[in-house]
Amino acid sequence: MYRNQYDSEIVTFSPTGRIHQVEYAMEAVKQGGSGVALKSNKFAVVVSLKRSSSELGSYQKKLFVVDDHIGILISGLTADARVLCNYMRNESANYKYVYESDIRVERLVTKVADKSQVHTQRYGRRPYGVGLLVAGYDQLGAHIFQTCPSGNFYDYKAISIGSRSQSAKTYLEKNFEGFATCTLEQLILHGLRALRETIPNNDTGLNSKNVSIGVVGENYPFTLIEEEATLPYLNMLESDEPVEMQVN
Amino acid sequence: MSFNQDYISHPVFGQVDYFNKKNHQQPNQHTPYYSVHNHHQTDAGKQKTLDPIVTGSSVIAIKYNGGIVMGTDMLCSYGSLARFNSVQRQKQVGTHTVIGVSGELSDFQSLSNTLDDLTTDDFCIDDGSKLSSQEIWNYIARLFYNSRNKGNPLWNTVVVAGNQNGKSFLGKVDLVGTCYQDDFIATGYGAHIALPLLRKEYDDNPNGLSQDQAVKLIQDCLRVLFYRDARSSKRIQVSVVDSNGVKISDPIELDTYNWHSGEAAVRTFQQVALGK
Repeated sequence: MYRNQYDSEIVTFSPTGRIHQVEYAMEAVKQGGSGVALKSNKFAVVVSLKRSSSELGSYQKKLFVVDDHIGILISGLTADARVLCNYMRNESANYKYVYESDIRVERLVTKVADKSQVHTQRYGRRPYGVGLLVAGYDQLGAHIFQTCPSGNFYDYKAISIGSRSQSAKTYLEKNFEGFATCTLEQLILHGLRALRETIPNNDTGLNSKNVSIGVVGENYPFTLIEEEATLPYLNMLESDEPVEMQVN
Repeated sequence: MSFNQDYISHPVFGQVDYFNKKNHQQPNQHTPYYSVHNHHQTDAGKQKTLDPIVTGSSVIAIKYNGGIVMGTDMLCSYGSLARFNSVQRQKQVGTHTVIGVSGELSDFQSLSNTLDDLTTDDFCIDDGSKLSSQEIWNYIARLFYNSRNKGNPLWNTVVVAGNQNGKSFLGKVDLVGTCYQDDFIATGYGAHIALPLLRKEYDDNPNGLSQDQAVKLIQDCLRVLFYRDARSSKRIQVSVVDSNGVKISDPIELDTYNWHSGEAAVRTFQQVALGK
């Protein structure tokens, strides 16, 4: 049977210069429902599509509050995400104690990335199997960052991760130029429309059970909108004109 | 051991030292006995600032319209001895903050290193973020409070002044980590002598001071301190923090009253006794 010689641990390069374990971890991010993050000048919004393991089970939570000014959307291994979330909460609480100010979003993301990178270089470790979308607001404005198991991170105006996130990305790419001046409501609706693109046609679609929304902005601490609270936005989405289908 | 340990451990002069004991510190008949396991000999001990040795005197600072002026003299005293007379007691931290420090000079040097490490770490993380003056002030407060909790305080009072996005920041931290912000601040002897002068000038100018007024006021205060505070000197530095950043002046020798009051007596002596 064919067996890859170079993927059993993290410290070995393949002859083509790849580190397979890291690439596998990047694949883990694509599992689970999708998530979308986008920002205007004053707000950053994350919307997530939650999954349940069965009809009998609850939906797996994907949005976490890190601090008053930062929240994250996770995609991949939830257990790993909780470790990173815990770390981020600790770091921002420490920062608040020492400096009595909110940690800058990029500083926190850099710390997470540095931590993730260590796990791509040391023998006996495995990379985190999770990608984060970090939404935050600090003195430099609203921010959206994406982190990867590889230790990379990217600053975005709008981005999506998770399964079938490409369709959401396509929506965002068509519309992002208007985001900067959007109201909060418009921004949330853009997020939901992008998220809707990731759902297969035969699925149940977006509902108050499988959608949660996180909002943060100027004078607006990170707030989760879940369950019934999402209904006003979902109703607005229904009454929307149907978005024209993308032909790729 | 069954053999006579006392005999072996006290080699007599000229005797062969079979057990190579002579380099060891051993009890001697002629000196008081100390165990080699004595705590004081094995433990070098820990150094703490339990009272300051080389000290700087007052720091004074005041807000004016558009910035802050801070002044210190340059003397560091060894007790009451004016030991080091050209020591800079102000330090720029980052791009738009300056601190002025009273108290133990070596603790100020230690604080300087810590703050340099802090800005270097920020630079290395490379995310472009810089600490605001208020964050630096808070950091120093936490550092001082932490040190005093270890029973090893940094024996200083620090004045932090900064200007960012058109807003001035002025705060003070003392050796136990107590901190506050105000529009004018004075430490040490200055808190008794300069503060009323600062307060009066500030209250007499409800629309705020100009930079020239503030610089003159700080110099006047330092002059009064030179007259009244026996641990101060007339060699001073005045820093200005505004939207252009930090500017710490070169040393300035204050103009003071000419102490020639003895001249008349000399003249009289010469006239009377020497007939000149």
